[in-house]
Amino acid sequence: MALDLKPTRSETMFLNMGPSHPAMHGIVRILLELDGETVVNSDVEIGFLHRAFEKMAEQGGYWQVVPYTDRLNYVSPLINNFGYASAVEKLFGIDITERTKYIRVIMSEISRVADHLTCVGATAMEMGAFTVFLYMIKAREYLYELVEDVTGARVTVSYARVGGVKSDLPEGFKEKTLKALKETRKVLKEVNGLITRNRIFVDRMKGIGVISKEDALAYGITGPFLRSTGVDYDVRKDQSYYVYDRFDFDVPVGEKGDNYDRYLLRMEEMEQSMRIIEQGLEQIPAGEINVDMDGRVIPAAEMVDEAKMGHTSGLVQLEVEADPTLEGTSERFYGNIHACSKKLAVPPKEDTYGNIEGLMNHFKIVMDGHGVKPPKGEAYFPVEGANGELGFYVVSDGTGTPYRVRVRPPCFTIMSALSKMIQGGTLADIIPTFGSVNMIGGELDR
Amino acid sequence: MGFFTTKVNDVVGWARKYSIFQYPFVTACCGMEYMSVACSHYDIDRFGAGFPRFSPRQSDVLFVVGTISHKLAPVLKRIFEQMAEPKWVVAFGVCTCTGGFYDNYATVQGIDTIIPVDIYIPGCPPRPENVLDGLMKLQEKIANSKQAL
Amino acid sequence: MPIVLEKIKEKFGAAVLDTHSFRGDDTALISRDKIVEAAKFLKEDPELDFNVLIDLTAVDCLNLDRPHRFEVVYHFYSIAKKHRARLKVPLTEEDPSVDTLTGLWPGANWFEREVWDMFGVKFNGHPNLQRILMYDEFQGHALRKDYPVRKRQPLVGPQN
Repeated sequence: MALDLKPTRSETMFLNMGPSHPAMHGIVRILLELDGETVVNSDVEIGFLHRAFEKMAEQGGYWQVVPYTDRLNYVSPLINNFGYASAVEKLFGIDITERTKYIRVIMSEISRVADHLTCVGATAMEMGAFTVFLYMIKAREYLYELVEDVTGARVTVSYARVGGVKSDLPEGFKEKTLKALKETRKVLKEVNGLITRNRIFVDRMKGIGVISKEDALAYGITGPFLRSTGVDYDVRKDQSYYVYDRFDFDVPVGEKGDNYDRYLLRMEEMEQSMRIIEQGLEQIPAGEINVDMDGRVIPAAEMVDEAKMGHTSGLVQLEVEADPTLEGTSERFYGNIHACSKKLAVPPKEDTYGNIEGLMNHFKIVMDGHGVKPPKGEAYFPVEGANGELGFYVVSDGTGTPYRVRVRPPCFTIMSALSKMIQGGTLADIIPTFGSVNMIGGELDR
Repeated sequence: MGFFTTKVNDVVGWARKYSIFQYPFVTACCGMEYMSVACSHYDIDRFGAGFPRFSPRQSDVLFVVGTISHKLAPVLKRIFEQMAEPKWVVAFGVCTCTGGFYDNYATVQGIDTIIPVDIYIPGCPPRPENVLDGLMKLQEKIANSKQAL
Repeated sequence: MPIVLEKIKEKFGAAVLDTHSFRGDDTALISRDKIVEAAKFLKEDPELDFNVLIDLTAVDCLNLDRPHRFEVVYHFYSIAKKHRARLKVPLTEEDPSVDTLTGLWPGANWFEREVWDMFGVKFNGHPNLQRILMYDEFQGHALRKDYPVRKRQPLVGPQN
């Protein structure tokens, strides 16, 4: 007698891919309804990293929001910093200097390369290619060293200021950058050889996580995700800001909107970003400043002490040596990177420590109740983040505290479409799709 | 007799400190420095702590990396309770030590209000050298504590 | 006057309460019963062609000296024509509700949930209006100006 193997009753299973799971991308909870291995329905729950960025921004001055902005998209913090600073500059209606624009472009592109390295590395790691992750993080370390030379920190930099940047590029930056880019290109070539035509990788990524052009536009998706479906929209080209219109770079556009296209797109975008950095370093105005000063160098604290004692003769002619952490903020460099507006920019350190007008100027900008005061109104400034259009909408009521700062998070819209993308696929397909979404918790939940 | 038990204690302590299985509970920006520490430049593998176990039942050290919000706090507590003895907790980053500069309605002001913590590594985010220093202090603590067998 | 604002004024006349182009951003303040029609017009008119809803958020105008309490702000972008527009809808404190845009753009779903969570603005016709960033047991709406920043409502652990 044969066994009667028809199922008498079947029901779907609910599985919770909980907030803390090994796919090291952050914390999201996906509640899945499974029929065997196939995903029938799903519910994505976010908000586990909500740190109230928008509420904290309303508590202090305009400059005090900058450290909160670099914890938004923490893999490419410089892009967020500059986006916020530009939104406030738009409110003021001022324009920044040429050299600042070039510096901002170069640093943004370095951040973008770091972001794509992390994204591709983490995605590959979840599929088992652990070596690729190690190689990508090695390349990212070279970029972190560069960022540390310029800003002083590796991850959370707080480099932008309203009206400019904190300090100028250090000496020897160009050679170090070109060397780091060369090493990064080597790493990318190795990784290309390892996974781009690897049977396992291609099978797991091709045809998975497909989204159509109309759906992507309907959900408000932008960035590499939208470009992989075939729509050519890049904020750097279409609504050009800073000096992007002077560079010669391509924007790769995909066709099928699946994970493999997004992987190829990100690899190509890294190459294009490196092209932009090289061109930027060639074109940046006011290169090495060689000034020979014939005075002695004296530490700033000593100068203040001498002045308090009344030994002021000859002090004004001396060159003041400020603390090493203030490197790049002295007068020789300052005019190049700060918008010439007394209301916005702190004076160079010789003036702050040297004469009373400089000190008062510094005081008025930094202390509570004074500070940066834009006119009443609102402004929206979009920049091209690593995930898409990152926009800052700032509302000002005329006082020194922002009234409302809103971040338009690029991965919020992509995550709202995730439920649609994984439907019909298997459980194992969620991992590469989620990896190519590049969800950054700080940006999604703010 | 006392000599024998202290020697066993030392040997077990030595074995435990060089074979740390970590559970990385990674949430936010400190995760970037965690990745740097775990990879080839600042190699955590040479300390014996190289292989993360992604299940709380199989790990001994809970690395809480990044800000914990009030929405996530019950999850963290549950994971800590699921770990088997002996277990240690490392608070990585200033958001886990005291809440960082997020003094608002959504953030837990220090995870030691919910679970007991052994090592605090401050920094926003801490440099990889700080993390390795914290890890070495953890190893000392493990070696010098009374090993329950 | 830029073409976007001209066309909106021409079509909706009295419902357009105010327009401005501060720093080049074309903005129109429109009354709440016409918002879905206005959004549809922006999307379908061939000269305007706003096919992407970029952002949907709200501002609590409690300290700004305006007659209404909330303003729901919509940002639109046109990929083909490369221009932007902003629409704002004023809402009073007694009845902060407006119609949902999920019929035109499914992406508005999560944005509206966030506005409900943070401000308490209801969206009529929304398929699933629940909290998205905070947990369900949280009382109050966090981004309103009268919610104190340090008022914590812990689920586990001490109240501090």
